[in-house]
Amino acid sequence: MTPLLQVEGLTAFHGPAQALFGVDLAVAEGEVVALMGRNGMGKTTTIRAILNLVAAGGRRRFAGRDIAALPAHRIARAGIGLAPEGRRLFAGLTVRENLVAAARPGPWDLAAVRRLFPRLAERDGQAARTLSGGEQQMLAIGRALMTNPRLLILDEATEGLAPLVRAEIWAALDTLRREAAMAILVVDKSLAELTRLADRAVILDGGRDVWTGPPGDITAGRAARHLGI
Amino acid sequence: MITERVLTLGALAALGLVALAAHVADEPFTVTLATRAAIFALAAVGLNLALGLGGLVSLGHAVFFGLGGYAMGILAWHAQMYQPMRIGPLEIAGTQSMPAIWLVAVAVSGLAALLIGLLALRTAGVYFIMITLAFGQMFYFFAVSWPAYGGEDGLSIYVRNGFPGLNTLDPIQFFGLCFALLAAATGLVAGLRRAPFGLALNAARQAPERVRAAGIEPQRLRLAAFVVSGAITGLAGALFADLNRFVSPAMFSWQLSGEIMVFVILGGAGRLSGPVLGAAAFVAMEHWLGGIWEYWHILLGLLLLGVVLFARGGIAGLVTGRSHV
Repeated sequence: MTPLLQVEGLTAFHGPAQALFGVDLAVAEGEVVALMGRNGMGKTTTIRAILNLVAAGGRRRFAGRDIAALPAHRIARAGIGLAPEGRRLFAGLTVRENLVAAARPGPWDLAAVRRLFPRLAERDGQAARTLSGGEQQMLAIGRALMTNPRLLILDEATEGLAPLVRAEIWAALDTLRREAAMAILVVDKSLAELTRLADRAVILDGGRDVWTGPPGDITAGRAARHLGI
Repeated sequence: MITERVLTLGALAALGLVALAAHVADEPFTVTLATRAAIFALAAVGLNLALGLGGLVSLGHAVFFGLGGYAMGILAWHAQMYQPMRIGPLEIAGTQSMPAIWLVAVAVSGLAALLIGLLALRTAGVYFIMITLAFGQMFYFFAVSWPAYGGEDGLSIYVRNGFPGLNTLDPIQFFGLCFALLAAATGLVAGLRRAPFGLALNAARQAPERVRAAGIEPQRLRLAAFVVSGAITGLAGALFADLNRFVSPAMFSWQLSGEIMVFVILGGAGRLSGPVLGAAAFVAMEHWLGGIWEYWHILLGLLLLGVVLFARGGIAGLVTGRSHV
């Protein structure tokens, strides 16, 4: 079976500087894949390259379609929902407006998102910029879900959040995986949580994928070498 | 706290009451001033959709105002001359019916906005301003040099166009028509702002890449907003021509584009109530200050400077505080 997302030989450039040197990556239907690596190794760039938000090369197929030449909005419409790094919301809009602004029809509607994140229902009319970091992250995930994606991409979804809030987000991702069988590509550094959640990990180092396998198989030596932990 | 909705309804109600009170007090001139304010406000409602919500700084909205004006002028001129228009083998009779004229004004200015938008939206920032300005100048000089419809002298229409069931020569009845269209356009924009279209347009102004990553192409939203914006301003142009019973190339002038922008910024860019507040304040100043001092534009300039420096939300922002757009 061909995977939902298949990336081969992905290259990317920031101006003249090459950031990715041929990354291979695949996510199957219903699979959770962790993209790991130290800062600056190309995780966010990989995600931006998949969505053509940076100058990129290499084969990229999604749901059987070649997406390499599509503009970003058409790739997103093909079924990729992104909760970007730094929880980049529409700061001036309210919680509800953030959710409905880019919504597309499907099982993920306001009610479903509020079931997953009850806190968002309490903050319905509040401006996104006034939310706490954790709530902003929930809103970023909710906004991505409202586009009814087939693949959800989370970039540093738990970075800089309090432990309790992180636990809430991990629990929500677990729910998505178990109940919605959502395919998820998650960038994060929390090895313990990823070991529980992810089927597979891909480690990036210096703009290349250097190791792929179950996160539980990441040895202490490999973690020290590639992840800095 | 005064919400945007209350302020908008209040501003509209105040404008309506001023006209009614003037009518009761038998002061038709004040009714006409209120009508002028309502028409300018309608033009600004159009620009506010593009400028305030879409972030499209158009210095060429007089194109649509003028096209609306000439749609009225040309149709009514052919009707009053009993001379059908000839376009190739086609013969089209003129009309003095307002609804028909409005329809043509909206269609023509919407189509012009589509064509101008397709070109101008390839650029952004100062280039967008210059392209819209250039289109404005093109239309202005075309109107000046087109002798069939008066050229530089413009076209006079002897009798105000008609609306079924109303006597449009009665100032208060004509005001009522303009006011109803202003209220309808304000309601339309209020609905658009709350709809996903308006929310995404607003978001695209703040963060286009985030909107793209969410699966929406900002340019399409902007083009749609520009077309609706131009069509509304075109409707205002048709009414303005009917108010004065006169159209001239001045309706295409860049000064007029600038004035429409002044209404929006003075009232509060992106604010639902902004166009009404800005246009009413402008017309009031034009009348009162203009009566006292010939160079009242200097005072307007100072006021604008104050608004831009100290009260970015314009008059609406002063009243409600800088709530989210």
